[in-house]
Amino acid sequence: MVSRVPMRRIARVLALALAFAAGGCSQDRSGTTIRFWTIGREGEVVAQLLPEFERAHPGVRVEVQQIPLTAAHEKLLTAFAGDALPDLCQLGNTWVPEFAALGALEPLQPYVDASRIVRSDDYFSGIWDTNVIDGMLYGVPWYVDTRLLFYRTDLLARAGFDHAPRDWDEWRRAMAAIKAERGKDNYAIFLPLNEFEPLLNLALQQPEPLLRDNGTRGNFESAGFRRALAFYVEMFRNGWAPPMSNMQISNVWDEFARGFFSFYITGPWNIGEFKRRVPQLEGKWSTAPLPGFEGHAGGAAGGSSFAIFRSSGNKQAAWELAEYLSAVEQQRRFYQLTGDLPSRRSVWDFPELAQDEYARAFHEQLEHVVPTPKVPEWERIAQEMRLMAERVIRGGVPIDAALRDFDAKTDDILAKRRALLSSKPGS
Amino acid sequence: MSTQRAAWTFVTPALLVIGVFFGLPVLAAFVLSLTDFDLYALADLKNLRFIGLTNYFDVLNTPLFWKSLLNTTYFVVVGVPLSIGASLGAALLLNSPLARCKGLFRTALFAPVVTTVVAVAVIWKYLFHTRYGLINYVLGHVGIAPIDWLGDVHYSMPAIILFAVWKNFGYNMIILLAGLQGVPQELYEAAKIDGASAWRAFRHITLPSLRPVLLLVGIITMAGYFQLFAEPYVMTLGNPLQSTYSVLYFMYEEGFTWWSLGRASAIAFLLFALILVATRALLHVARRSGEET
Repeated sequence: MVSRVPMRRIARVLALALAFAAGGCSQDRSGTTIRFWTIGREGEVVAQLLPEFERAHPGVRVEVQQIPLTAAHEKLLTAFAGDALPDLCQLGNTWVPEFAALGALEPLQPYVDASRIVRSDDYFSGIWDTNVIDGMLYGVPWYVDTRLLFYRTDLLARAGFDHAPRDWDEWRRAMAAIKAERGKDNYAIFLPLNEFEPLLNLALQQPEPLLRDNGTRGNFESAGFRRALAFYVEMFRNGWAPPMSNMQISNVWDEFARGFFSFYITGPWNIGEFKRRVPQLEGKWSTAPLPGFEGHAGGAAGGSSFAIFRSSGNKQAAWELAEYLSAVEQQRRFYQLTGDLPSRRSVWDFPELAQDEYARAFHEQLEHVVPTPKVPEWERIAQEMRLMAERVIRGGVPIDAALRDFDAKTDDILAKRRALLSSKPGS
Repeated sequence: MSTQRAAWTFVTPALLVIGVFFGLPVLAAFVLSLTDFDLYALADLKNLRFIGLTNYFDVLNTPLFWKSLLNTTYFVVVGVPLSIGASLGAALLLNSPLARCKGLFRTALFAPVVTTVVAVAVIWKYLFHTRYGLINYVLGHVGIAPIDWLGDVHYSMPAIILFAVWKNFGYNMIILLAGLQGVPQELYEAAKIDGASAWRAFRHITLPSLRPVLLLVGIITMAGYFQLFAEPYVMTLGNPLQSTYSVLYFMYEEGFTWWSLGRASAIAFLLFALILVATRALLHVARRSGEET
């Protein structure tokens, strides 16, 4: 079938196509666009805070891109390698040393010094400290995250405890009692085998540091880490924790509601999530600081910071956005929207936080948080730690052998760092 | 213009493209594998050092490499015959004179090939779920206790194999179907007259006629299965206890998660050597049993 399209038709179609192309090209080139990458749920929420910023800064547009946490590390590194980093990024503070070592981050001290909104003394000192690498400030804390004990008050009461355990021994007794009461198909605590955070938090309670020799060798055969790992493994061996990853249950909220487990170590975002997803549990759950070991309470100093990349062409605009989101009022609104805890102490004085029973435990623990080792290889070492724990629990490897191998592997990972530091004079 | 000159003129553009987009990158990757490119080199290229074959020796000395090699070999040894068997079975069914609605079944059986791995992996994760999955539900009806497919180190690789075979058998099925349709009908009629059973007809007519196609399918499937990556990446992340960790997954982690591109390139070349050896072996076996390549 041959049909000859008349010239007039072709001309009309071409004209239409050109019009579309021209329309697409006529962007507003007069303003700046700030590219802001967020990780996880915060990106959904921060979009609600932006219209006010854009009104206050005419000609400035903010483009928010959300990245899932599982892909974020790779995506950021790939963007660095491909010279495609954004202007502003929400960077987990355990990753700040890595990106500072790459030379990707802009030092922020001059911006902070010139700012009237961001005052370093208003922040939790442990959290502010995680952004200082080798004496230079590379990030401004946005929100904090430390892992707490979330627990079912009703199931704990049924097992004979009217308050959350305050130290490891009491915790052991509580878990044993709950397991006895709930039977063999349920558990006392859920420690997903695909997460390293619970073990890390127990380890950070110990007096010994995780790395030694200026962060060039592993210190995992120390008494402290051995104790933390032994306690962690004990919870599985006694049947208090199921040897599962969080992909092997339907989801944590439903299982918590069903009483599959009564304790869960997780972060502040789950305050909002539990309220939203399992409202029927209202009044039957609460939060408590992580039970300490012999008086050493505390946990990891987690959270995210604002980081501006050195490659950005809009550093001042990006700083203004970070400054805006760090203002006390925005931090308060952000907390109301997400349940993520503000990094500024003054925001905690507002009634919704001061009187929130779930947030109280966080406030207590935030004064005792400890940063993770500030080495670029930390993420890799943390993943190895998770694998090592899984080998002991699922694979039956004895703890001594596992710790020896883990120390050796850590030393291996840090080999390049050792070589570079020893060749630099006076590190 | 001589024939040779004309031939070269036609072939040169394609060779140029292959050279620039394949040859050069492979050469660059080889050079990269002789350096210690990692996160520090990414920060500052002055940190890059030329270390010769150290990466290769390092990788060969890493227990994780041998574990991933074992996992991959397990996958190939079990998965390739299973996949080709399933494809052959499906092709025979489609070719049978008794089959109805051939077009519909051909499309349905080919459909898994065109699905996206990530989407179907999510569905298969639900199917494999220990407590709420359909597979354990059905097995429960037959009296088998629930199997922890994705959490038990003994069942994780079988789960991946099942998933991969389901996803890929349609592709070979189409090729084998074409091969089957090339077998002359007179041979089957002659066999029936001679009183041969269906099984003997299959063994002595179908299989020998399909030899070249089976060899092709075998090589393609084996080379493809050695490069197992997508299925463990979306289903199990190499776990539990790295029982579904494949060589390509190891390379991906070294290269793109930790940015040790020197080591990752070394792993890539080792995998290449392995696949080369395996396919040469397969060809040798095929030639020995009377097949001309």
